[in-house]
Amino acid sequence: MNWNWFKKIQKDAPQFWENYLASFSNSETIKNRYVVFDCETTGLNTKNDRILSIGAVSIVDNQIKVEDSFSMFLKQDIFKRESVPIHGILKEGIEEKYVEAEAIIRFLEFIKNATLVGHHASFDIEMVNQALKRLEVGKLKNQYMDTDIMYQKLKHYSSEEHTSLDELCDVFKIKKSDRHTASGDAFITALVFLKLKRKLEI
Amino acid sequence: MKNPIAYRIAEFLKNYHPFSELKFENIITVAQQCSVLYLEKNETLFKIHDVIHDAFYVVAAGAVGLSVTSDTDDVLIDKCDEGDIIGLRPFFAQDNYLMTAKAREESILYAIPISVFKPIAMENTEVLNFLLRSFASNTRNPLDKNHKGKLISENVIYSENANEIQYFQPINYSKSPVTASASDIVKYVAQTMSTRRIGSIIVHENQLPIGIVTDKDLRSKIATGIFSIDVSVDKIMSSPVITVQENLSIAEAQMIMLKNNVGHLCVTEDGTNQSKIIGIISEHDIVVAQANNPGVLLKQIRKAEKTSDLKLLREKLTDLIQNSLDKNIPLNHICSIVGEINNAIIKRCIELSIEKIGSAPPAKFAWVNIGSQGRKEQLLLTDQDNALVFEDVEDERYDEVKAYFLKLSDKVNVRLNKVGYEFCPADMMARNPLWCKSITDWCNQFKGWINTPGEKGILMCTIFFDYDFVYGEESLINQISDTIQKETENNDLFFAYLGADALKNPPPLGFFRQFLVESDGEHKDTFDIKARALVSLIDAARILSLQQGVYGNSNTAYRFNKLAEKEPQNASIYEACNDAFLELLKFRTDEGLKNNSNGRYLNLNELSKLDKVKLKNSFMPISDIQEVLKNRFQLTYFT
Repeated sequence: MNWNWFKKIQKDAPQFWENYLASFSNSETIKNRYVVFDCETTGLNTKNDRILSIGAVSIVDNQIKVEDSFSMFLKQDIFKRESVPIHGILKEGIEEKYVEAEAIIRFLEFIKNATLVGHHASFDIEMVNQALKRLEVGKLKNQYMDTDIMYQKLKHYSSEEHTSLDELCDVFKIKKSDRHTASGDAFITALVFLKLKRKLEI
Repeated sequence: MKNPIAYRIAEFLKNYHPFSELKFENIITVAQQCSVLYLEKNETLFKIHDVIHDAFYVVAAGAVGLSVTSDTDDVLIDKCDEGDIIGLRPFFAQDNYLMTAKAREESILYAIPISVFKPIAMENTEVLNFLLRSFASNTRNPLDKNHKGKLISENVIYSENANEIQYFQPINYSKSPVTASASDIVKYVAQTMSTRRIGSIIVHENQLPIGIVTDKDLRSKIATGIFSIDVSVDKIMSSPVITVQENLSIAEAQMIMLKNNVGHLCVTEDGTNQSKIIGIISEHDIVVAQANNPGVLLKQIRKAEKTSDLKLLREKLTDLIQNSLDKNIPLNHICSIVGEINNAIIKRCIELSIEKIGSAPPAKFAWVNIGSQGRKEQLLLTDQDNALVFEDVEDERYDEVKAYFLKLSDKVNVRLNKVGYEFCPADMMARNPLWCKSITDWCNQFKGWINTPGEKGILMCTIFFDYDFVYGEESLINQISDTIQKETENNDLFFAYLGADALKNPPPLGFFRQFLVESDGEHKDTFDIKARALVSLIDAARILSLQQGVYGNSNTAYRFNKLAEKEPQNASIYEACNDAFLELLKFRTDEGLKNNSNGRYLNLNELSKLDKVKLKNSFMPISDIQEVLKNRFQLTYFT
């Protein structure tokens, strides 16, 4: 059994995870790269719900790099009829879908050591962490920033006062097209982030 | 992997030129590789003189202002809103930005890399044409008829508008001035100045300007023997040197020079003499920057060696007129400046023609402009009307002398035609033997016109009463003026004929105060501003001036002003005529510049309501002045 166990540890550190970890010490990776991302999920329970799609785009030098973006739809084991009206992703949709493992591996390849940015980012990060757990590797190592918390800082709100992405769009006069698609939300969040970042002089 | 963000941007871009000309897949390619920028209000995208970026920009939201910097103020040139393109300059030229782009409000911009867009644009002629047109026409969107600003975004080429913005256009100056240190020996400094062909050298100490040595210092302190040529340069330098900031406007630079009575300004990093030297502005830089300035034009005309040079200068004059009109400079000022420049061109043509013939004129002569040129009212390129007078010579030499002047006149007329002044269709030009004759013949000619005013004669001669001396012997012209004065005095018959002629022009307005337009011919349905309005005023001014003995200047506005002085009882009418005349002339000039025509026929449909009211108001004094003519010259017998 020990032997088996030992083999399992080997399996626990697969190549993609090695690469991901290495990106944090690798001097070649771009510094000050931010990745704004958003996940559409079957629900709000991080344990039982699943990721339906991930959208992400990078920001370097205060510019959203459209070229450097990420969008993937996931095959679903769990299908919840009630969340369909929110995200509009059907079980048998037209989008090309990938199994969770592949999507997550590609996502790690994309984000590397970037600072992650999201609106209520901790939820999305936890969703990814749960998926990583199913791949039997560790948690995300990236630093992250939450646009909701940034807005709290800007307005000197207490940590109990939360602002939705929709409200932020209204405040910052950002058009809310493509809301509730992962890429659309990521892009909107990126715009919100650029504004907040400038205003907070980060 | 599909890129939904790129789709989203492409969906936006496809609504705007020139992207709307592209296939959607091409727009996607462009969108996929663009970046999105956010600018806080008042944040700068690029500054004037900045090295060009490798991308151009499309405003996705917000507004970006384009400005040029004058001194420390920004002068807004244009505002770009959603869908507008900024900074096409790198697409066509490798030089630095000519404007500053700054967010007027929070803005989101798409930065489209030139390297991505160029190959796509090159394949699509529509897009390429659009870009070239917007670059060339100075309009942001050449397809948009009501383009907001005159200037396109950052695509502006200065030359066309150089004069208009010279007052806030930063001056160009030498960016790497030659400097000397205080202990350098005058002799070597002077040698450096000679070899580098510069008229001044800044003396520095630790990169800070402490003085300046100019040609003047060398002249007044070395050449006079006050100092020997082997003293150190700090002995003779002028100190302190006047320092200024960057981005000084031409006008400002000139002011500072005049104020301090210096010919050079030292540009330093912060504008004081406690910061690093970065350039030097000389008077010459200012002259160069003001290339369209009338004085400079005159200078260049005097030096012109070829008809083609004169043609170019005449074209520059057109820009000058346009700019002066835009700046609302009073029209009579413009007229007199333009008149002087026209005269300078004609003078130069005569000089060049005499040179060409190769022998000096066999007798004294005078070249006169007649008609609108004689009145100095020719702002547009209309036809040339001129005549030549030569002094009396012995009978046996007469033919030979006349032959010389006809030959000269022909050369001058042809040259003027090449410069852009059309031949007179009625052949009222000096090369016509009728209008090139001796002073006695001319005096007899005028006597004939005045004393036997047959209808045909009057029509002919009216424009000859508007003469202006241009070149040669001015006393010949004075003799003609004297003759006219003597012959017209108390000559009721002559004035009656002339007055009747002046009233013959068609009225501008019909019974219902509508504009009377031409009913047939090439100019059908347009309003003939010359025949129906201007000529009435010009004729009235002429006849009244002849009667009142106003000589020396045939300009209609001048005549009305002089008449107002001479006849205080009618002053208000004359002043109104003066204003009306200038207003009408402005209408004609605007029309002419806009359509590159002689401006005679106005298309009423293109006039705004306000313009029509202005035009109608200008007709009011015409009937008043015609009443004056009727009463004064008892024209009832003739009309």
